[in-house]
Amino acid sequence: MTARTGGSFILDDPAPLVDALRADGWRVIGPREGDGAIVYDEIETAADLPRGFVDEQDGGHYRLRESGNDRWFDYVVGPQNWKKWLFPARQKLWSATRTADGFDIDPEKVEFPKTALFGTRACEIAAIEIQDRVFDNGDFADAGYRHRRENTLIVAVQCARSAPTCFCSSMNTGPRAEAGFDIALTELEDGGFFVECGSDRGAEILDRIDATAADAAAEEAAQAVTEQAAQMQMRSMPENIAGLLKDSLDHPRWAEVADRCLSCANCTLACPTCFCSDVEDVNDLSGDHTERWRVWDSCFSLDFSYIHGGAVRRSTLSRYRQWMTHKLSSWHDQFDTSGCVGCGRCITWCPVGIDITEEAAAFAAEPAEPADAGGLET
Amino acid sequence: MEALLAQDPMLPRRYRVKRVWKELGDVASLELEPIDGEPVPFQPGQFNMLYAFGVGEVAISISGDPADGSGLVHTIRNVGAVSAALTKVSDGDVIGVRGPFGTAWPVAQETGRNIVFVAGGLGLAPLRPAIYHVLQNRAHYSGLTLIYGARSPDDLLYAEEIKSWKSRFDTEVEITVDHAAPGWTGQVGVVTIGLDKALAGIDKAEVSAFLCGPEIMMRFSVMSLTAAGVPEERIWVSMERNMKCAVGFCGHCQFGPDFICRDGPVFRHDQVSRLISKKEV
Ligand SMILES: Cc1cc2nc3c(=O)[nH]c(=O)nc-3n(C[C@H](O)[C@H](O)[C@H](O)COP(=O)(O)OP(=O)(O)OC[C@H]3O[C@@H](n4cnc5c(N)ncnc54)[C@H](O)[C@@H]3O)c2cc1C
Ligand code: SF4
Ligand code: SF4
Repeated sequence: MTARTGGSFILDDPAPLVDALRADGWRVIGPREGDGAIVYDEIETAADLPRGFVDEQDGGHYRLRESGNDRWFDYVVGPQNWKKWLFPARQKLWSATRTADGFDIDPEKVEFPKTALFGTRACEIAAIEIQDRVFDNGDFADAGYRHRRENTLIVAVQCARSAPTCFCSSMNTGPRAEAGFDIALTELEDGGFFVECGSDRGAEILDRIDATAADAAAEEAAQAVTEQAAQMQMRSMPENIAGLLKDSLDHPRWAEVADRCLSCANCTLACPTCFCSDVEDVNDLSGDHTERWRVWDSCFSLDFSYIHGGAVRRSTLSRYRQWMTHKLSSWHDQFDTSGCVGCGRCITWCPVGIDITEEAAAFAAEPAEPADAGGLET
Repeated sequence: MEALLAQDPMLPRRYRVKRVWKELGDVASLELEPIDGEPVPFQPGQFNMLYAFGVGEVAISISGDPADGSGLVHTIRNVGAVSAALTKVSDGDVIGVRGPFGTAWPVAQETGRNIVFVAGGLGLAPLRPAIYHVLQNRAHYSGLTLIYGARSPDDLLYAEEIKSWKSRFDTEVEITVDHAAPGWTGQVGVVTIGLDKALAGIDKAEVSAFLCGPEIMMRFSVMSLTAAGVPEERIWVSMERNMKCAVGFCGHCQFGPDFICRDGPVFRHDQVSRLISKKEV
């Protein structure tokens, strides 16, 4: 514990913080501009951050453009999310080698260097905390995931604006992160950063830099920043959606949305909480060495539900229904939380602009279960 | 569970095939023993993930006797790449095992009751450990009936063993086949015929039923059982879904709120009745 734990400070810009993290041995992953979008990759200095960019987002639409000002964090979330680092798209689980009388198995040692996730938004912290529960479910814990999380430091950025696709307010996951970070930055309206220290590890980093203590006025200004972001939100999730969907498996809306859905799986790849995976066995040419890999999978693929005799979820209707009821309803039964944090990625990155809040609203508007539903009753 | 928590749940242990024998044309049973360490105890209805070197890993129920510590027995039907490799092993070969996983048939809690097992096809394999338990503790149960349906007389699993059960004065066995063959003198038709017949003489309120087989067969059997007056909270079914990890990480086996690998495969029927009547869940 240092004097700074729990305190708040003022910084002119994020550069000293990036430098201090690196000086303390942290690899820093943060937002960068890549292929016209915000991506999360290693940064060496604050100059790598996409300062002066802002995004335009809507159903099926994304554009990153120069904002015309020099603010650091006016863009919000892009197509990628932090699971790319904490729950990699491909990970080797173990390898095995044939021997004279069987085979030997070598566990894969996960090596994840001390890593700072720089610029994590409130909804993304909520998503990481959701995956924490998925990969340590009380009976079983994913050792690799746990190792990565233990070596992770979170530097949050409190959102100053929302995209039209954001609805974290209604999910109670943002736009202000109240906890779950080691350090949090709020970019103030008239420049400068309000810095919150959320942990001892955060304090050790802040001890390395010259930051002055913040006063009450600065704290008020920081609150106003996220309040303004909350005010901008145009979408919201109906409050009772978890219960509603339980009784709506035969609702005609499923057929309607299935007509538009391409079953392309973009939404599940972009979603920061989606965790489904497949395994692959990779053999070398001799056939004496083999590796087992775990790879991201999606409930939108036909193979996902394959059992001998054919897939269980053959129709797009059943696959969209599985995805949405899981996210918004059965996730509560499984993990005591919604599987949606309101980041809006699935709306932006759906090629046909299917909007989970609009779909949810359709169920809320007509909750009754019509007898002659277009569903899949046997 | 403790032992599993201690090690990486995705890492198989190596087991040596003590003995492999053919059950039916495309079905083989394997008896396994761990290469390093002690065998892990299991409960009737639980399953393991069996790994064939370089081919893959699949969920297979334990079909042996939980009270017999000598070896771990699995019965496997060859339906695809992994099950083919597993049914073609020889004595002395090595395969990988993770488990045991999942919920158990609560037979030990149902003492005093009239036990009815309903099996379809290979569904008899996951029920057999529970059947052994009841047979060994027969005095603690008021009745024991096995209703078993198979495609044809040639597809009857554990046929010799069933004969020996049938010859016991305290065990009823009803067998039906979908298609008879010359010389078959038993029932022809669906399992529910045998079920209705078996239920005729017993007090339905006393029945505890355990079902395993194709979903459609379980659905109709549950209808017969409840229509006859067997309480729904005394009926258990074993569910099957694609399964990649068996520890709740991969998401494949979800059935509404439940992960079949952890919350199942054995469910009390009222836990899954809301969804079991829906298609493509
Ligand atoms: C809890 C449980 C218990 C089971 N117990 C037995 C048993 O005792 N004996 C037995 O013969 N079979 C059992 N099965 C079914 C067995 O897992 C499948 O037959 C096997 O996965 C087929 O794999 P394959 O590669 O040979 O066939 P393919 O048809 O080529 O399958 C390809 C892949 O799809 C998946 N898959 C296919 N069918 C199933 C299925 N029915 N269930 C789950 N995943 C599937 C597997 O990942 C498999 O590797 C059980 C399944 C479950 C879920
Ligand atoms: S379901 Fe959509 S809005 Fe919700 S967390 Fe996933 S990507 Fe974000
Ligand atoms: S909802 Fe959109 S992104 Fe998701 S699978 Fe359907 S078409 Fe693809």
